[in-house]
Amino acid sequence: MIEHAITPNLVFDVAHMFAGALVLISFLMLYQDRLYALLNVFALQAVALALAVAWQAYAQDAPHLYVTAGIALVFKALVIPVALHRMVARLGIHRQVETAVSIGPTMLAGIALVALSMVVMLKATPAADALAREDLAFALSVVLLGLLMMVTRRNAVSQVVGFMSLENGLILAATGAKGMPLVVEISVAFSVLIAFIVIGIFLFRIRERFDTVDVDALDRFRGGRA
Amino acid sequence: MPEAAFAAQLPPSGHLLVALGAVAALLALAALGVASAHRPAGRPLIYGGALAVTLVAGLSALTAIAAPAAGMVLPLGIPWIGTHLRLDALSAVFLAVINLGGAAASLYGLGYGRHDHAPERVLPFFPAFLAGMNMVLLADDAYSFLLSWEFMSLASWALVVAHDKEAGNVRAGLVYILMASFGTLALMLAFGLLAAGSGGGYAFDAMREAPPVGAFAALVLTLAMLGAGSKAGLVPLHVWLPLAHPAAPSHVSALMSGVMTKVAVYGFIRIVFDLSGPPDWWWGIPVLAAGGIAAVIGVLQALLQGDTKRVLAYSTIENIGLIFIGLGLALAFSANGFPAAAALALTAALFHVLNHAAMKSLLFFGAGAVLTATGTRQMDELGGLIHRMPATAVVMLIGCAAISALPPLNGFASEWLVFQAVLLSPDLPAWGLKLMVPAVGALMALAAALAAACFVRLYGVAFLGRPRSPMAAGAQEVDAFSRAAMIALAATCVLAGLLPGFVIDALQPAVGGLVGETMPAQGSVAWLSIIPVAESRSSYNGLLVFAFTALSALLAAVAIHRFASRAVRRAPPWDCGFPNASPLAQYSAASFAQPIRRVFARGLFAAREKVEMPPPGALTPARFSSSARDPAWAFLFLPLTAAVGYVAERANTLQYLTIRQYLGLVFSALVLLLLVLALWT
Repeated sequence: MIEHAITPNLVFDVAHMFAGALVLISFLMLYQDRLYALLNVFALQAVALALAVAWQAYAQDAPHLYVTAGIALVFKALVIPVALHRMVARLGIHRQVETAVSIGPTMLAGIALVALSMVVMLKATPAADALAREDLAFALSVVLLGLLMMVTRRNAVSQVVGFMSLENGLILAATGAKGMPLVVEISVAFSVLIAFIVIGIFLFRIRERFDTVDVDALDRFRGGRA
Repeated sequence: MPEAAFAAQLPPSGHLLVALGAVAALLALAALGVASAHRPAGRPLIYGGALAVTLVAGLSALTAIAAPAAGMVLPLGIPWIGTHLRLDALSAVFLAVINLGGAAASLYGLGYGRHDHAPERVLPFFPAFLAGMNMVLLADDAYSFLLSWEFMSLASWALVVAHDKEAGNVRAGLVYILMASFGTLALMLAFGLLAAGSGGGYAFDAMREAPPVGAFAALVLTLAMLGAGSKAGLVPLHVWLPLAHPAAPSHVSALMSGVMTKVAVYGFIRIVFDLSGPPDWWWGIPVLAAGGIAAVIGVLQALLQGDTKRVLAYSTIENIGLIFIGLGLALAFSANGFPAAAALALTAALFHVLNHAAMKSLLFFGAGAVLTATGTRQMDELGGLIHRMPATAVVMLIGCAAISALPPLNGFASEWLVFQAVLLSPDLPAWGLKLMVPAVGALMALAAALAAACFVRLYGVAFLGRPRSPMAAGAQEVDAFSRAAMIALAATCVLAGLLPGFVIDALQPAVGGLVGETMPAQGSVAWLSIIPVAESRSSYNGLLVFAFTALSALLAAVAIHRFASRAVRRAPPWDCGFPNASPLAQYSAASFAQPIRRVFARGLFAAREKVEMPPPGALTPARFSSSARDPAWAFLFLPLTAAVGYVAERANTLQYLTIRQYLGLVFSALVLLLLVLALWT
């Protein structure tokens, strides 16, 4: 990376900016309480991820990362959001407000999680180089925010989106670490796609059977305490 | 593995190769047992093969005791570590005990196995069980030790549940497998601590180099007592013995009670005497306490049982208690700078290991013979068997006398040695030990007296008097194989009792390797006496006692016949005016034990008697019933199972959470772990 025309400082700052953007967009997703808006923000996050990965590819001089960026752009920014969009339209749930925990506490919890991941990562990796450190801290934040999203949402579609956003964090972490083989990335991408297909099929099956995609309804049918 | 471990490796020897060959042959027999279980030739093939293999291995082990230690590393098991094997004097002593006990059980099985209605459930596991016990003794690293230990447990579990249609056997198997798993867990933790001291080396050599210190050593001792004690039957971990030993076929009961408990003793000796470094002054105290309690509780419980095999199982607990008293004394003496006294105590313990293996196997064979002949294990349905089964009656008499520690038999010789060690305790510097050892000696004396009462009861009710049931009246003597096995063991008991000096000398290489000192040689003492400490203190001559007993009995018999009356007359005894009293009017097992039950068992065992008297004029018979409980169940295991049940009930709600709550659980676990990482690093 020394031979690049751009100074290392700038490389660091730009990578920092994209990773930070991912975290910021995660917060945006936490704030959305309508499904269409949520899907749009998710697509935006995928675009940010693609940019971040592409920048890593440029900075690390690792051309295979461009493929990862391409996969992120095509599948996560286009195919999956569009498919989810159509699914929501077909299910007719685009008007549902479906947060289980209200926005304010969720945002506060999110801030606490970001602080936690910063503290953990900066403590755990004093020996690693600064770019990877920051990247890992942001990636952990995105993962935790994705999990938080899955926990605080009631609708199966937004849980899927939480899961996908969690996976974005994983990809960010993976590309930040140097020397990640392409095969691994492609297989991760594929597994996410398959998870998406399976979940999509299940959504329709659930809907067919129970007339709702509110997961609490499933628990009521199962005889548990909702 | 570091190169040094291989450099220090002992050379292999012929004895080790024989022992390994025996393990391989027994495993092959197990495979053969699966294939041939349904054929009529299966039984003689398996038991005959096991007899030959264990006999060769046992004799080879006998000669290996005095040979230098041998070792070997096989490229099996965990990569880079391999399987370390070692045959030193200690393992040779136990190998001899196990294989000779196994040979006797195989010989007995040749005849006894004929009555087995499901041989395919016994034949494959019998040689596998023997192989497992052999492997434990050869193992020289934690991994292969635990693997063999668990293999032994599982094989014996399969034998316990072999007759799963009989009531209670499946429960016995469950209790056994739970206790065995608990014991293995404790041993695994003990080895983990030992390996941590040596920087993670799992070979015993590495553990010897870096023994644990301070609190770690105390923890290792505790875990070894829990792990080996649960297999050997130390109170309160003994609850599986009286359930599992009667459940197995009799020759397997003999193996489990007489032999497998010795493997547990070996495990304890190996960990505490060999791997844990020099003992602290107080190590003897918990071992002595556990041994004393086990001895008294075991024999008292044995007195309360009405089932012959349960009596024998509880008596095993007593004898394990005696062995642990010997081991505790050895630890106490060795830690306080009396290696000669420690050698005496350890010799006594090892001698008792050998003796108990012989006599308990003999007694279980006898109980099995009675079971075959009469179809019952209940003492109150037996009686008068001495007329119907004379050979079994004679060998059982020898076994009962031996386990009651009557001179000139072997049980007396080893218990006498333990007492000699107890009598040396005033030399100990620590007051705790000075006070404790005589107290344990008193417990031991009490246990010995109660054991005599217990076996007088067993023998008197089962073999003397008149038959209490048609089955007992129609009993037939058992087959020649079973008799041969019993006679061989009875001869061992007599020989070891008459000539204890040679046994003691033979044990010295193992003793010397563990406490660094040996007992004075006994083989050269005049008139085959044994002098454990000094001639001025005490000596014992089994032959002399035997000669005196035999001579005085003969003289008394001659005198009575000569001076009273020569003629043998048969006449009805005085019958209080009730002629032809029913055999049920004899002393029963419960009535014989009544005085002891009333004195000792009221409190701890909550022994209660209930008499139901019918009102005057009613035709129903009066009924007497007595009940007792095992305090370990009442105070430890029932509360424990209740607590587990309670927690499981509460935790059951976790099965009915919503998807979001499950996700929340995962999420909070993750956040919690991250918080720990953030705060503590």
